[in-house]
Amino acid sequence: MMPVEPVVQKLTSEISIRNLNFYYGKAIALKNINLEIYKGKVTAFIGPSGCGKSTLLRTINRMYDLYPGQHADGELIVAGKNILEKGVDTIELRAKVGMVFQKPTPFPMSIYENIAFGVRMHEKLTRNEMDDRIEWALTKAALWNEVKDKLNKPGTGLSGGQQQRLCIARGVAVKPQVLLLDEPTSALDPISTMRIEELIHELKREFTIAIVTHNMQQAARVSDYTAYMYLGELVEFGKTDELFIKPQDKRTEDYITGRMG
Amino acid sequence: MDLRTRRKTTNVIALGLSLAAMAFGLFWLIWILWMVFEQGIGALSLDLLTLDTPAPGNAGGLRNAIFGSLVMVGLAMLIATPVAILAGIYLAEYGRRTVLGQVTRFVNDILLSAPSIVIGLFIYAIYVAQVGKFSGMSGALALALLVIPVVVRTTEDMLILVPNALREAAFALGAPKWKVILMVTLRSAKTGVITGILLALARISGETAPLLFTALSNQFWSADLSEPMANLPVTIFKFAMSPFADWQELAWAGVFIITMGVLFLNILARVVFRQQSANH
Amino acid sequence: MSETQAKGRLADLLFFNLTRTVAFITLALLGGIVISLTWSALPSIEKFGFSFLTSSAWNPPADDFGALVPIYGTIITSIIALVIALPISFGIALFLTEMAPTWLRRPLGIAIELLAGIPSIVYGIWGLLVFAPIFGQYVQPFIAQTLGKLPLIGALFSGPSLGIGILAAGIILAIMIIPFIASVMRDVFELVPPMLKESCYGLGGTTWETVSKVVLPYTRVGVIGGVMLGLGRALGETMAVTFVIGNASLLGSFSLFMPGNSITSALANEFAEATPGLYTAALVELGLILFVITFIVLSLSKLLLLSMEKQNGGGAH
Repeated sequence: MMPVEPVVQKLTSEISIRNLNFYYGKAIALKNINLEIYKGKVTAFIGPSGCGKSTLLRTINRMYDLYPGQHADGELIVAGKNILEKGVDTIELRAKVGMVFQKPTPFPMSIYENIAFGVRMHEKLTRNEMDDRIEWALTKAALWNEVKDKLNKPGTGLSGGQQQRLCIARGVAVKPQVLLLDEPTSALDPISTMRIEELIHELKREFTIAIVTHNMQQAARVSDYTAYMYLGELVEFGKTDELFIKPQDKRTEDYITGRMG
Repeated sequence: MDLRTRRKTTNVIALGLSLAAMAFGLFWLIWILWMVFEQGIGALSLDLLTLDTPAPGNAGGLRNAIFGSLVMVGLAMLIATPVAILAGIYLAEYGRRTVLGQVTRFVNDILLSAPSIVIGLFIYAIYVAQVGKFSGMSGALALALLVIPVVVRTTEDMLILVPNALREAAFALGAPKWKVILMVTLRSAKTGVITGILLALARISGETAPLLFTALSNQFWSADLSEPMANLPVTIFKFAMSPFADWQELAWAGVFIITMGVLFLNILARVVFRQQSANH
Repeated sequence: MSETQAKGRLADLLFFNLTRTVAFITLALLGGIVISLTWSALPSIEKFGFSFLTSSAWNPPADDFGALVPIYGTIITSIIALVIALPISFGIALFLTEMAPTWLRRPLGIAIELLAGIPSIVYGIWGLLVFAPIFGQYVQPFIAQTLGKLPLIGALFSGPSLGIGILAAGIILAIMIIPFIASVMRDVFELVPPMLKESCYGLGGTTWETVSKVVLPYTRVGVIGGVMLGLGRALGETMAVTFVIGNASLLGSFSLFMPGNSITSALANEFAEATPGLYTAALVELGLILFVITFIVLSLSKLLLLSMEKQNGGGAH
């Protein structure tokens, strides 16, 4: 394995969002969003439910493509390309941008196959290389020790927290640049939640992470940058410790001090 | 070919085949409906409603067959609907967890798809063979047995959808259970139950097999339920299988009438049900 | 006050027992069918015993009956129907759930459901008067020239091009059950949680990969249940088959071009004119056999669909 590089002080942008608007049919859901998601950092999106956090996340990997009537305009630049343009290869994009959902979504197949499935889509590996990759991904997701003896058992047989780590391993195995986590602990118990949060700290050494959470403490614990969203607008964006200590906007202050939401 | 191109090609081929399957399926169905329209409209005339089924080569219509079908279908609905609604009430309100409830539910679902010709055989064995002759009454009974599972199923489904809060509100007023069920639960599921009745009506309107050896058929006008009774499906069967062009033409006219009726009932059922969903 | 309460309690008891009795009657119906058919078929059961199932004789004047030809006809037409209908229905369900633009999904779905409700006699008369002549004149000679020349399966596609026959019956049956199986499959596909599908798309999966690797494995049980339900329909279908199968109680050759008989077509054509006694009893026994076969198929289908619902009710949500 490669030696871990020292944390780069200079910030480079992994994803640049400029003048992004998003629509469900005619209803506007995101209004003029401008934001940088920095490489190797964890960016948290907080705000009351229905404010557009998840919508923003689903724009980054064009998940909204599945649902006719939903569309976006503006610029969303990933690896130098505006991925909102027509003709963007969503298969390629989604290989670069992995996603984990609110609830664990293991596929109806074995633990091994759950992870190999995604890898096989994008790379041709020998059996040995695949075995190595699966061990690597499961180790990254802090699940290897728990499942190494039952790789051929169905993924649905694991506990909720294990299933969610399996889904993280599945996303990591493809070696994306960015991981999108959409309220990844909302269906989990406190101990599983803690493990996932620890995991996020580990993963940011290698991946850029964007996480949506409705739990402010979680955002404060895991993220480097935080974006507060309200009614489809980005109200405030900044370093997490600064945003939580000295919010610049009255609305942010109301939210984090619990006067609203 | 690299991996990505191959995956995309596979995807395009699979989706192309899926589109082709849809086109293939629709092709036959459109062809069938088209023929029914073309042949059926050509054969429509006022004689259909005013004359009885003719001997080959003579002018005639389907008056006795249409009348017989209406009588037997109507009678079947009258017999079966109350029985089926009561059974549906039992399944939804009393027997959700009882053994009788669960077994009945299972058996009812089997009967829903059981071959209709066997239902005809059953009525033949217990009724026609005992009385000693084919009759309109036995035809109506056979059709009634086909209605029951459909209406039981929809009644139960619709009653289960009624929120428990509504039942509790009625009980809280001190109403006895039978009153709660009839006045509150059943009433709020009314349109759903009507949908089921319409679907059952549509189903038996075109049923042929159970009438073949119950009502049989009758070339002449008869309103006597103890005699063989003319009906559209069996007449169509007999006329279409015959070598006579004029009989075949009448068969097409009959098929047109039945198809229109069944499509109308199915669409009506949907419209009624849509209103129910809109109200909730 | 207490008098009205007592009346209410009595009415409750009466109403409960009324509904329960009626429910029990529905249940008793099934038993009634089996018992009455067995009773009516008794003369034939006693005379022929198990050889009824293996004999291909069907000779009313000599009172010699066997069920082999109609059973063969029922099973082979249903198999042909399934072989054709299965891939087509799957394609339609895939189209309706994953491919079609949203504005087309509802109308096409409704069209398919309406077509599933069209009485089978319509398919039958169309099959006899429209399909069979074209099939016999153009399609069968072509099949005989191509598939008929192949070794082994060639024998299935040989003989005179009559139009009507076992193959034509199987095809009409297929056309009839396509809308039925397609709408069950679509309903089952729609049970897949969107998040699970998104997980596959989120890894960069294509639509086909999502359907074949995630949707199908997830819905496997339900899909099999739906197919069995379609099979049940096909086995017990009367009119769509009777019109075109040709009604010949012979098992001359294995060619699918030849006319044949199914259990339902034998009943439809012969029962009303059969002489009382052994002839009628033999026909009733055919009906009993059909009922038992479809009962087994439908029960399996129901159990599979129930377990699919349970998995969905308890597991994912």
